[in-house]
Amino acid sequence: MITLRNVSKTYHLRGSRSRLPFASRRETPSRTIEALSNVDLHVPQGSIHGVIGLSGAGKSTLIRCVNLLERPSRGSVMVDGQEMTDLSATQLNQARHRIGMIFQHFNLLTTRNVFDNVALPLELMGLKRSAIRERVMPLLELTGLSDKTRQFPAQLSGGQKQRVAIARALASEPRVLLCDEATSALDPQTTGSILTLLRDINQKLGLTILLITHEMEVVKSICHRVSLISDGELVEEADVGDFFTAPRTRLGREFLNDFLQLEPPKALVERLEEEPGEHTHPVVRLAFSGDAVSTPLISRLARECGVDVSILQAKVESIQERTLGLMIAELLGPPEQTRRAIDYLESHDLNVEVLGHVQRDD
Amino acid sequence: MSSAMIDLIIQATLDTLYMVAVSGVVSAALGVPLGVMLYVTRPRQILARPLLNQVLGMVTNIGRSIPFIILMVAIIPFTRMVVGTSIGTNAAIVPLTIAAIPFVARLVEGALNEIPPGLVEAAQAMGATPHQIIVKVLLPEARGGIVTGLTITAVTLVSYSAMAGAVGGGGLGDLGIRYGYNRFNPTVMLITVAILVVMVQGFQSLGDYLVRKSDRK
Repeated sequence: MITLRNVSKTYHLRGSRSRLPFASRRETPSRTIEALSNVDLHVPQGSIHGVIGLSGAGKSTLIRCVNLLERPSRGSVMVDGQEMTDLSATQLNQARHRIGMIFQHFNLLTTRNVFDNVALPLELMGLKRSAIRERVMPLLELTGLSDKTRQFPAQLSGGQKQRVAIARALASEPRVLLCDEATSALDPQTTGSILTLLRDINQKLGLTILLITHEMEVVKSICHRVSLISDGELVEEADVGDFFTAPRTRLGREFLNDFLQLEPPKALVERLEEEPGEHTHPVVRLAFSGDAVSTPLISRLARECGVDVSILQAKVESIQERTLGLMIAELLGPPEQTRRAIDYLESHDLNVEVLGHVQRDD
Repeated sequence: MSSAMIDLIIQATLDTLYMVAVSGVVSAALGVPLGVMLYVTRPRQILARPLLNQVLGMVTNIGRSIPFIILMVAIIPFTRMVVGTSIGTNAAIVPLTIAAIPFVARLVEGALNEIPPGLVEAAQAMGATPHQIIVKVLLPEARGGIVTGLTITAVTLVSYSAMAGAVGGGGLGDLGIRYGYNRFNPTVMLITVAILVVMVQGFQSLGDYLVRKSDRK
C-alpha cells in the first residue's frame, strides 16, 4: 500500500551574511543536512507499521514524504499503486484525499465546531451539504463524539480533540492513515483509548496505518511491524514480537531496555567488568518468547549444566498475541559450565545477552 | 452657543464619520488582500514567491513611512484623477485610504502570522488548494485578529482625518483647529474633542464586540 524506495531528503541551509555595511561580519556557512538517506519501507495493505526513533532522527520528514508535505530529494514514493512524486499539483491534491493524516497537536480549526471540522475535507472535495452530513454523522458515532457535534475545540479535552482529528482524517474515506506522534501530547490513559480506536479502525475499515512515535508503548500495543530510524536511516525492521524479544541493533536494545525498565541493580552495574576473569560469574539478560516461556528452563539449567541461577530481575510482557519473558540473572558456576549454560539457553531459542561479569563473593 | 455653531458641529461629525467609513471600507477591501498576499508569498509559504514578496513588502513599507500630511499633498494629482477634485472632504478620503491600505495589510499579515503552521499543514494534507487554504483556513482562523486590526485602523483614521483640513476637507479635527484653536474658542475645542473621544470609544467597543463574537479560542 505504501512503498518508499531509496528515499532521501536533503535540506540546503543557505549561509547568511548580513548585507548591512555596518553590521558585524558574522557569517554562517552554507550547510547541507541529510534528513533522510536511502530509506526503503514497505507497508502492506491493512497493516499497522510503526517507525520509532529519537527526536531529530528524521521521523517527521519520513512521514511527510509519504503525502509529499515534504518532497523527497531522491527516490520513489508509491501509495496505493500511484507514484506520488510524478503527480501534478491537482493530481497530488486528489491523491491526498485518499491519505488521511493526524498530528501530535491535532491541528483542528478553532473557529469551527466538531461537526464542521470533520466536514472540512468533504467541503474541500466539493460535496453537497446533505452528502456531507451523511458522511460526518457515522464518523462521529465511530469516534464516540455524537454528543459533541456543536462544541468547539477549545471546549474539548486532548483525547477528544484527537478523536475529532481522526474522524476528520477518515472523512474522505482514505486508504491510508498517517499518524504523526498522534498520542505524544496525551496522558497514558487517553493514549490507550486513542490507540484502541486506531486499532478498531484498522480492523473495521481495513485501513493501512503508518505511524511515527518515540514511545515503545505505541509500537507494543498496536503495530504489526516496526522500523527503527536513526540519523535519517532505517537501521532495523522487524515484526513487533521479534523486535521486543531480540532487537538487533544497539539502539533497538536501548529503546527496549528503556521501555521495560529492566536494568541490573545499580550496585551490580558498578561491579560489572567487561572481560571475564578467573573468579567471575556472567550476568546475563534473557529474553524468551513462544514455547520457551512455558518450558522450565531455569531448573533444567541447574540440572543439566550444573549451574545455579540467581535471578536479579524478571518480567513478563504480552506483546500482541505473544508472551515475552525477560530476566536478568547471574549464572553461578565454573567458567566452562556457565559457557555451556549460555549455549544451552541459546539452543532453546532464548536471546542471551551477556551484560558483564562480576567477581565471585565467595 | 449659536445654532449655527451647533449645525457646524453636526456637519463636522458627519464629515468625520463619512471619511472614516469610506476610507475604512475601501482600505479594508484592498488592505486585507494585500496582507494575505504578503503572508502567502513568503518563502516556504503556500504560494511562495520570494521576489514578489520582497517587492510587496518594500511598497508597503514605503507607504507606511511617508508622513500623512506629506502624502496628502504629494498625491494631489492622483486624488484629482480619482475624485475629480483636490480639495474638500472627498479629496481627503483618497490619501486617507492610501495611507490606511499598507497599515491594514501589515496588521492582517500579523494576524495571519498568529495561526499555528500546523493548521495549514493539515489542510494541505487534506488536499486543499492554496485558494481553499486562504478561504477556508487562513481567513476564518485570523478573523478575530483581522477585526482587531480593522478596529485599530478605524481609530487611526479618526485621528488622521483631523488633518483633512489641510486640503480643505471638513470634519471634527478641522473644526477644532479652525474654531477652537485658531479663534481660541475653548467650548468648540472641548466639544469636538469630546465627540472624538466618544467616536473612538464607540469604534473600539464595536470592534471588541465583533472580536468576541468571532473568537472561539
